[in-house]
Amino acid sequence: MKTKRVYEPTKGLTERALSYCPGCTHGIIHKLVAEVLEEQGLLGETIGVASVGCSVMNYEFFNCDMQQAPHGRAPAVATGIKRVKPDKTVFTYQGDGDLASIGMAEVVHSAHRSENITVIFVNNAIYGMTGGQMAPTTLIGQKTSTSPEGRNQLTTGLPIRVSEMLATIPGATYLERVSVHDPKHVRLAKKAIQKAFDVQTKKQGFSMIEFISTCPVNWGMTPTDSLAWAVDSMIPYYPLGVYKDATKPGDDDA
Amino acid sequence: MGKVLMKGNEAMALAAIKGGCDAFYGYPITPQNELPEYLSKHMPLQGKVFVQAESEVAAINMVYGAAGAGARVLTSSSSPGIALKQEGISYMAGSELPGVIINVMRGGPGLGGIQPSQADYNQITRGGGNGDYHVLSFAPESLQETVNIVKESFSLADYYRNPVMIAVDGLIGQMMEPVELDQEINEKVSPEKTWAANGESAKRGKINKIVSLSLDPYELEKHNLKLQKKYHEMIANEQRYESILTADAEIIIVAYGTMARIARTAIKSLREEGIKAGMIRPISIWPFPSRAFKNLPTTVKTLLAVEMSLGQMRQDVVLSINGQLPVEFYGRAGGVVPEASEIIDKVKSIIGGHKNEN
Amino acid sequence: MRNIEEKVIVAGFGGQGVMLMGQILSYTATEEGLNTVWIPSYGPETRGGTANCSVIISSEMINSPVVPVPNTIIAMNKPSLEKFEPKLTPGGTALVNSDLIKDYTFRDDIIVYSVPCNAMALSLGNLKVANMIMLGAYLESTHLFEVQAIEKTFNKLFVGDKAKLITLNKNALSAGIEVVKKQRI
Repeated sequence: MKTKRVYEPTKGLTERALSYCPGCTHGIIHKLVAEVLEEQGLLGETIGVASVGCSVMNYEFFNCDMQQAPHGRAPAVATGIKRVKPDKTVFTYQGDGDLASIGMAEVVHSAHRSENITVIFVNNAIYGMTGGQMAPTTLIGQKTSTSPEGRNQLTTGLPIRVSEMLATIPGATYLERVSVHDPKHVRLAKKAIQKAFDVQTKKQGFSMIEFISTCPVNWGMTPTDSLAWAVDSMIPYYPLGVYKDATKPGDDDA
Repeated sequence: MGKVLMKGNEAMALAAIKGGCDAFYGYPITPQNELPEYLSKHMPLQGKVFVQAESEVAAINMVYGAAGAGARVLTSSSSPGIALKQEGISYMAGSELPGVIINVMRGGPGLGGIQPSQADYNQITRGGGNGDYHVLSFAPESLQETVNIVKESFSLADYYRNPVMIAVDGLIGQMMEPVELDQEINEKVSPEKTWAANGESAKRGKINKIVSLSLDPYELEKHNLKLQKKYHEMIANEQRYESILTADAEIIIVAYGTMARIARTAIKSLREEGIKAGMIRPISIWPFPSRAFKNLPTTVKTLLAVEMSLGQMRQDVVLSINGQLPVEFYGRAGGVVPEASEIIDKVKSIIGGHKNEN
Repeated sequence: MRNIEEKVIVAGFGGQGVMLMGQILSYTATEEGLNTVWIPSYGPETRGGTANCSVIISSEMINSPVVPVPNTIIAMNKPSLEKFEPKLTPGGTALVNSDLIKDYTFRDDIIVYSVPCNAMALSLGNLKVANMIMLGAYLESTHLFEVQAIEKTFNKLFVGDKAKLITLNKNALSAGIEVVKKQRI
């Protein structure tokens, strides 16, 4: 009997088993980024920048040149690389603690300079690797190991909406928030990644795709409940959509 | 090419270009601003990279990134800014990346002042960041020596795959002196950067990774031991110093940078008065030139560490002489530059003490 | 080669061109094959407050670059004179801007040249060349360089748009030289 190959793993990922917890969506996001790099023929000329957090080891997973950055500094590291290798594809892969807390200055200024890099921003509203502490993106009332009674707006402020904030920056070229909670949204998320790398290839400037992600272990939920919570609690506060697309003239105020 | 009169900061900038610097990433801070200002004009003219970063932290991480991609990279700052850069410097040491850092030192602690100082000695020589690492560090005394070392530093960094720091006090950054920019220097041959994560994996046929993380303590220990081996090689090969009038000296001053020049003036006066003073002038401060303290003549009764800081380098002198001679100290802090007369008075009081003992 | 060991401090308000005076001396020294070091005061004080620089010119290798005891001081205003006159070596020379320094009791162990350089500059049509008048006075009092050597430095420094200032600066230099010549008599 003849067999026909209908699916094979992307060459964008190594054969190394992912180290993420069951139900975490980092795996899906890794695969999408890897597939796009492979499909756009960029893999062999890409430099990825790993950050600090759950995805700290992603230099073991992405099948391209990788550099591991200090906590929050990935956009600065990527800037350094891109300026000396302007014809290579450079992306960062950062969580919300890394990007929206300790690395806020770096991402904001990279956007300001319109560095021609792509930021993959994975927002799961919590510090995962360090054990579930409150992040700047943690929702009001959300219980974490450093907000045991639930996040209190009076003492910790409101969750930061990064895509909305960066959309106010003239240098940001393409910003979109996506989710991977179901197959339809996974397909849409992949389109967003394609667009972001396309922006970079065309040297149009700074692009960032924000992913609504889950953390079943630290949220204290099953994987399915986590996906439901992402849809019911996170997306209403962090609406999906394109926040900036300066690649289309006259569409700067998305 | 003959000598040209240049300001220290600008001369260092030009020397960096001549040393093959591909990219500069920095952040403004006094008293080193003329250096990035010069490069902001001249790097783009040469098709090279100049970026004014949002902070010293970002700047050193840009250096880390560009160095990882295989470029010859420079950053410059002054003491509090160097403190901020320690994160990236530690990462560079850990992942064995070359890079050059110029530190135009000012008084501390905290925001301190902006006048010349050497109070970063411990920050530089003890490794200001986390982990067991060292940064190859030079502290020249004149613009000519500074220019030559800046040029050479890029090849040294490449050769050892390690950050190199040039530490000068604010005076050297601010002063003008005639320099010859094209003096021959001994450059180490830079090995090809086959390790660089430069986006050439397709051509290379393998993935390159720049990483300092290692969650297995035994693996990390192995990595640390490998680094130590490299540091021992530096200790063996890169101790640099000048011994001045030590052969018959009764007292040997130990001083570096601007302090050494002031000590030269003091020594000249002391010799005219018949006091046999000499000097050991460290040029490398890490590795500290302990070799200079071996087999000192028996005429030497005392060493005198002189610093624009309060005894930081003295500790290395004490370690180097290992109890065989007393190590006296004279220093000023906070940006005060000692006058030669202060050193002369200190020497005389020490020598007077000797006479009283006899 | 001439045996030279000159240590001069130039001081005044920010904007009086004291840094440039010192630099011109160092540039000229470099061209003449002498050793030289120029050190500025730096920091906020140079913007609007007092500014000074020290210059060493020597036929020998220069050890200490700092000048605790100058041979010559050039004081473009009173605070500068008050600050640096006490440091001047006995027998040293003070060149003072007599338009801004009046009623001052000088040390009796120094040589003083009073140069009304503001008024002279105005009569040349530009207050900004007061510093070059003073530089001329300095040159005549020390005979450190030939006038032509300084003029050569002018030609190097004043290029492009500034080239038209060369004649004015040369005239200022000559005027300063004459003032000191007269005071010598």
